[in-house]
Amino acid sequence: MTDAPRRTALDATHRALGATMTDFAGWDMPLRYGSERDEHVAVRSRAGLFDLSHMGEITVTGPQAADLLDFALVGNIGGVKTGRARYTMICNAEGGILDDLIVYRLADQEYMVVANASNAQVVLDALTARGGGFDAVVRDDRDAYALLAVQGPESPGILEKLTDADLDGLKYYAGLPGTVAGVEALIARTGYTGEDGFELFVRPADAVALWEALTEAGKDVGLVPCGLSCRDTLRLEAGMPLYGHELTTAITPFDAGLGRVVKFEKTTNNGDFVGRAALEVAAERAEAAPPRKLVGLIAQGRRVPRAGYPVVSADGTVIGEVTSGAPSPTLGRPIAIAYVDAAYATPGTEGVHVDIRGSHEPYEVIALPFYKRQK
Amino acid sequence: MSNPQQLRYSKEHEWLSAAEEGVSTVGITEHAANALGDVVYVQLPEVGSTVTAGESCGELESTKSVSDLYAPVHGEIVEINEDVVNDPSLVNSAPFEGGWLFKVKMSDEPAELLTADEYAAFITE
Repeated sequence: MTDAPRRTALDATHRALGATMTDFAGWDMPLRYGSERDEHVAVRSRAGLFDLSHMGEITVTGPQAADLLDFALVGNIGGVKTGRARYTMICNAEGGILDDLIVYRLADQEYMVVANASNAQVVLDALTARGGGFDAVVRDDRDAYALLAVQGPESPGILEKLTDADLDGLKYYAGLPGTVAGVEALIARTGYTGEDGFELFVRPADAVALWEALTEAGKDVGLVPCGLSCRDTLRLEAGMPLYGHELTTAITPFDAGLGRVVKFEKTTNNGDFVGRAALEVAAERAEAAPPRKLVGLIAQGRRVPRAGYPVVSADGTVIGEVTSGAPSPTLGRPIAIAYVDAAYATPGTEGVHVDIRGSHEPYEVIALPFYKRQK
Repeated sequence: MSNPQQLRYSKEHEWLSAAEEGVSTVGITEHAANALGDVVYVQLPEVGSTVTAGESCGELESTKSVSDLYAPVHGEIVEINEDVVNDPSLVNSAPFEGGWLFKVKMSDEPAELLTADEYAAFITE
């Protein structure tokens, strides 16, 4: 990308906090403010505040908004109740994943689709093209929202100080319009950290005021600003896939172990949706003879596996590939997500190694996730 | 951030102490440590091995990346910092002190090393 990276409404705030910035999907985003490990630990034990304004919001409205999304996406979107959200995917005709998404039903005839920054244009174009025959409007709302996330066990207490909204009644994967610190917000109980937490969609002009109010409200309980570096290690520990790593157009949801997001039993559009035929084949293949499976790997040693490193058997044969890897602050050891041949995918399989720049380091195979919060 | 005046610096962001009986201590600069982020693993050259100025002699791994460690001078490794092997975070918390990496007995005078002021100018280029 040759264009200068885009800056969020909180850019000056990040710089004043001394953030190390990074170019991410065309956006200049905070990578970390201090130690990324400390930020990670804060989210697991207290709370962290994130600027996620790079995420791509697309609004779909109209009498056939639900039908459009049922046709364009793999999930049963018409079945989502108003005020609830759904994790879903958009695939191409071959069943390959174009993006993973969260879809919020804001009203009977209004949905907000949240795409990854790197794929927002692809998703917008696909929804627009696929929506041609429907009585619904697809609107690019990327510039209409800033997105702040408060994640961690202390996040409900922090938010309670700033809103009258019924947070106790707001379940995981639900969202409701409300006011936070005097700012109009869509309050969603979603996140990408494996902790309880909230995502707040607000007007960009309100982002700084909301950030400051959250910072103040969280001061007593140890809320810290958090960058994308710890967001990645948090989602990795929680076993959550990242587009471009675990998910690509070369992979179907079934290959990624996420076939549950594909709903063949849709009632709209005579059950048809983009990618259906290919996904039926992929579902059978994943059931009968999966080529590779997504697993977790935990290092016995201290060298860190990285995306693209080969997974090898005891005799050095390549049996898979690392898609994400990092030192895990919670486990105190390096961890990885990898696609490995089905024969090596059973937890506890012996003799699995990662080729770390020529050195075959032993790894333990586990079922994802690495970390699950106690509820 | 201040780079100690008594040290000399390489363009690969290592620092080198003044030699005492031909032996200098080597580490990475605070600037380099900040750029890496939290260091989680260090691989140091073995004691007794010979290192060549400008060539890789080890690795530093952080959350996001792995970087080569370059030898700033020619010489023989006479000691490595076991504390930093056991606790790599010392590289971040005390890069010029407890986070030193190895001691080298120089076989030649180092050539292109920078003074603290020259290094400060180099990293703001």
